This record gives sequence, C-alpha cells and structure tokens, in this order.
Amino acid sequence: MEALIAAEQLVKLYQMGEETVHALDGVSFTIGRGEYCAIIGPSGSGKSTLMNLIGGLDTPTSGRLIIDGADVGEMADQNLAQFRNSMVGFVFQSFNLLARQTALENVELPMIYAGIDPRERKERAAELLARVGLGSRMGHRPTQLSGGQQQRVAIARALAGRPALLLADEPTGALDTHTGEEILQLFADLNKEGATVVVVTHDPEVAALTKRTIEMRDGRIVGDHMNESVAA
Amino acid sequence: MIRTSDLVGGALRALQANPMRSALTALGVIIGVSSVVAMVALGSGAQLQVERSINSLGSNLLIVVPGAAQSGGVRFAVGGGGRDTLTLADAEAIAQVEGVTAVAPSQRGAAQIVANGLNWNTQIQGVTPAYITARDWQVASGRMFDDTEERQARKEVLLGQTVVTNLFPNMDPIGQTIRISGGAYEVIGVLASKGQSGFQDQDDIVLAPLTTVKRRISGRNGRADTVSQISIKAASGDELDRIQEDVTELLGQRHHTNGDNDDFTVQNLASIAQTAQQTTQVFTYLLGGISAVSLLVGGIGIMNIMLVSVTERTREIGLRKALGARQADILHQFGLEAITLSVAGGVVGLLLGILGAWGMTTLFNLPLVISPLNAALAIGFAGLVGVVFGAYPAWRAAQLDPIEALRRE
Repeated sequence: MEALIAAEQLVKLYQMGEETVHALDGVSFTIGRGEYCAIIGPSGSGKSTLMNLIGGLDTPTSGRLIIDGADVGEMADQNLAQFRNSMVGFVFQSFNLLARQTALENVELPMIYAGIDPRERKERAAELLARVGLGSRMGHRPTQLSGGQQQRVAIARALAGRPALLLADEPTGALDTHTGEEILQLFADLNKEGATVVVVTHDPEVAALTKRTIEMRDGRIVGDHMNESVAA
Repeated sequence: MIRTSDLVGGALRALQANPMRSALTALGVIIGVSSVVAMVALGSGAQLQVERSINSLGSNLLIVVPGAAQSGGVRFAVGGGGRDTLTLADAEAIAQVEGVTAVAPSQRGAAQIVANGLNWNTQIQGVTPAYITARDWQVASGRMFDDTEERQARKEVLLGQTVVTNLFPNMDPIGQTIRISGGAYEVIGVLASKGQSGFQDQDDIVLAPLTTVKRRISGRNGRADTVSQISIKAASGDELDRIQEDVTELLGQRHHTNGDNDDFTVQNLASIAQTAQQTTQVFTYLLGGISAVSLLVGGIGIMNIMLVSVTERTREIGLRKALGARQADILHQFGLEAITLSVAGGVVGLLLGILGAWGMTTLFNLPLVISPLNAALAIGFAGLVGVVFGAYPAWRAAQLDPIEALRRE
C-alpha cells in the first residue's frame, strides 16, 4: 500500500516552565492511502500532539513527517494553511460549527478559503450534505440540529476540500453511543469509497470499530495492530 | 486565495451579527466626522461671508475717513470719527493722484422718510454721481442724477431695495414723492440689491445729491465744505497699495500732519479683507482640530470593540485557521471589519455633518460651503482611523495559535 503519512523519529518538546515535556519522543510509523485507523491512548500520551502535527496545525521539533510527499516540518504559515485547506479535513469533538451560519454555509467555509466560485461551492456543499444524510436540513443553523446531525455537517465540511486525509479528534466524544456508532459507520462508508480516515480517541471501543489501532503512551507508540473483527 | 467579495461579505455579516454593538462603535466615528465636517463648513462659510461682504462694498476701493488710524489701519467704523476733517478740496486733490479712476466724497445723514402713508428710518448718503462707480452700485431702474443736478442741490433721490420694499411695497417708486425732514423729494431711480455686509443691510440706503444733503439734511450745523467720507476707486488692484501711500502723503501735506498725528485714515478694503480672512481661517482650523480629537476617540472605541471581538471569537479564529485560513486572511478579515465600521461611520457622519452645517449656516445666515475635497478628506480620514486602530486587534487575531484557539471555550 502506498504511504500517505510517513513519520520518522518524530520529536515534539514543550517547555512547561522549568521543565521540558517530551510530548512525542521519537515516533515512527506509516499510514497508507485508503486506510481507516485509530490512534488511541490516555490523555498525555501524545496522541493530540501527533494529531496536530499530522493536521499541519503544528510542526515537529525534530524528525521528519512526510504527508502526500510533502515535508510538513519545512512548511511556513502560508503553505501550512494551504496544506490544511486542501490536504486535511478536520472533524472535532465539539463540532466547531459557526453558530450564526447555516449548515450549507458551514460546509462552504473551507471552499471560501480555497477561493472557489460561490455557485460551484454551494453546489458542492449541497452534494456533500446530501451524502451525509442532511439533504433536507441545509438551511438549518447548528442550534436547530441534533449533536449527530451537527457532526455530520462537520464531516461534510471536512470533505469539502477533497482532502487526502480525514482527521477526526474524538469525533464521538460528545455523542451518545448509538449516534457515535452511526458517525463511525459514516467514516467506514467514506473509507470504502476511498477516503483515508484517522480517528484519534481515548476510547478502545471506538478504536475497535476501525481497521487498525496505533496505541500510544508517554509519547511513544506501544502497539500497532489490525482490528480483525472489522477487517474480516 | 480567498475572494475579495467573500472577504467583504464576511466582514459585513460579522458586523450585522451584532447590530447594536456595531452601531454604537460607529457612533464614535459618526460624531467625530460630522463635527469635523460641520465645523469646517461653518468656518468656510464665515470666511466666504466676510469675503463677500467686503467685496460688495466695492472692488479696488480705498476709503478715507476722518480720525486717526487704529492698530495698523484696521478699523471698521467707516465714516466714524468725531471731527469733520475731510473737505471737498481734499477730494479734488486726490483725483489728481495717478491711477485713481473715481473719487466720490460723501456725507452721511440719518432721517425719517415718509411716503405713501408709510414711514421708514434709514441712512441718507449725500453723494456725487461718481459714488455709484466708486462703490460698485448699479441703478436697477430710473437714473442717477448728474453733476449739474448735484451742484444745483436738486431734491432728487435714489432708493435702495430695502427702502423700496418698506415704502413702496406694491408700486413703482419712480416719479413718486417722498418727504425727508419736511421737504419733498422726487424718486428718480432705484438701486440694484447688494445684500448684507456683516450686520449692516447695504440696501437700506437713500442716495441724494451731496449738496442737497449738506444744505438741507445733515450738514446744516457744520461747515459747508466738509464730507464724512471719501471713496477712491483705483484702476487696478495691483496699484492699491501705492495709491494708498500716495493719498496718505498727499492728505498729510494738505492737513499738515506727519503720519503720527494724522486726522484721517485711508482704509484699504483688500488688506482688511485679507486680515479678516486669515482670522476666520485660523478659527476654521481650530474648530476642525478640536473636532478631530473626537474622531480619535471614536477610533479608540473601534479598537476596544475589535479587541473584545477577537477575544470572543478566538475559537472561530482557530477553526478558520484549521480549515485553511492564512494569517493574512484573518488579518484582512478583522482589519476589514474595523475599516467597514469606520468608513460607514464616516459616510453617515458626513451626511449628518452636512445637515448640521446646513442648520447652523441657516441659523447664522451664512453661505453653506461644503467642498468635495473636504468631504473626501473626512471619509478618507475615517478610513485611516479604521486602519490604524483596527491594525492591532487584527494582528492579534492573525497571530493566534490555532491549537490554543481551538481549545478555548
């Protein structure tokens, strides 16, 4: 399988007062194109730091992180912004929708920064909302939608820039179990259609619903295995 | 790259989201710009008014009045002074000065006029025919008396428009008879209107032959050959200063004075106009400057609200960055919000300022002067206030770390 993400000896240090924290302490792995995988670990394990690096929100202290052939560590702000816009689709635990805008406008947002023509992006946003099952709720504002529906809007928004990678941070954390399973099923469906999906979570049950689990602890990878039940 | 239309649309939407707050923030700029516009317009109006009223007295005009000069020759009490020191012979001598085209001695008097069953209190100027040339009067209808009639002390008068309005409201006064101090005078002409000069209505005037006034109306107690004023018209404005000096020297010789004890004053209206203009201009700058301070305060209000807005929308900024907004995009977004507020405030302020200027100039009876340049400057300055005071909040927003920003509740 062709590697979409290749990390070599990734190190990320934070200065917390006098103390230096090794958030990532030499992490190496690859994630192939078309994978559906979970990064799991307790809080402080470095999984959020890793997610920020993969998402282009932060740069590593040392080591190399190649995503889709590009070295993220070498990028300046402008290139990182473009990388986030076109390469990564973020899905957050708390949805992070703009409260004053409709579902459709929220999905349009990344395409605005890509400079896409208004008519074209409205069409695409409508298609995406239909894809996540919200075709009839495009004009609703986030407050008029349930948590699961809001997360679906967020997923449609993440897909808007046709990213190489869907990056979800505790996507089910704010949802009940049933709705959470529906969201993970949506990820599985999108993965079947070809999307690479990485879910960051502390919940083993969530991780178990993906195809591969990378387990982290204290800034290192302590486990990496395929989830047979789903793969089968 | 984000489209400009989306950037502008985004700024407008963000401002619409908090209409009350946006309006109050813009209010600071509105007050600042409107007061600058109103004050500058008022000052310019006053300036124009001074200029007009001095010009309406007559162009290329020197006026000689009795009495000593005060503070550099600037004295507005035309025709004042206690003793009658100017004579007809002085006027004849002045006429010989090079560059002088008309010399008009005049004697002022005041009288109650009765005509047509109405009466009116006005000033009567005893003049020679040259007076209308020297003081730029036009005869609207009828005619001016000639030199012969003047010498013969004919009982003929020309009326100013105000006098006509008050004594002959519904009829042509030409050929009618008016009574002044018991004597009957024939109206032979009507003067064209000149309008206000300062607080004085120039049209509230009656012109009569100088000899007539001296003998019958005002000069009966004094010497027969004195006059209260001599008007001198120069061929061109360039020679006014030279003629002023020549006339001063000539009269000094005639009156045996040496400059320090002159019993007359030669007033140059052009230099009086200049001084008056400079004074009103200083006032215009002063008023405009004080108003500009309120615009500054408006700018600080914008900065304050923008900082609050950046803090409130930290999470939104983090999200926008995660979705691909560059630092420049965030900088432009917030900068544009500030500029939109200030320019919108500037436009509303300009309109209110024009309205205010219109109200004040109407109240004070001044011309309304709104120069397009000043209007453009006011809006440009408001925009500049937005740029200057919006820059720091926008920069703060652009510098936010997306990870920190997204974590913020």
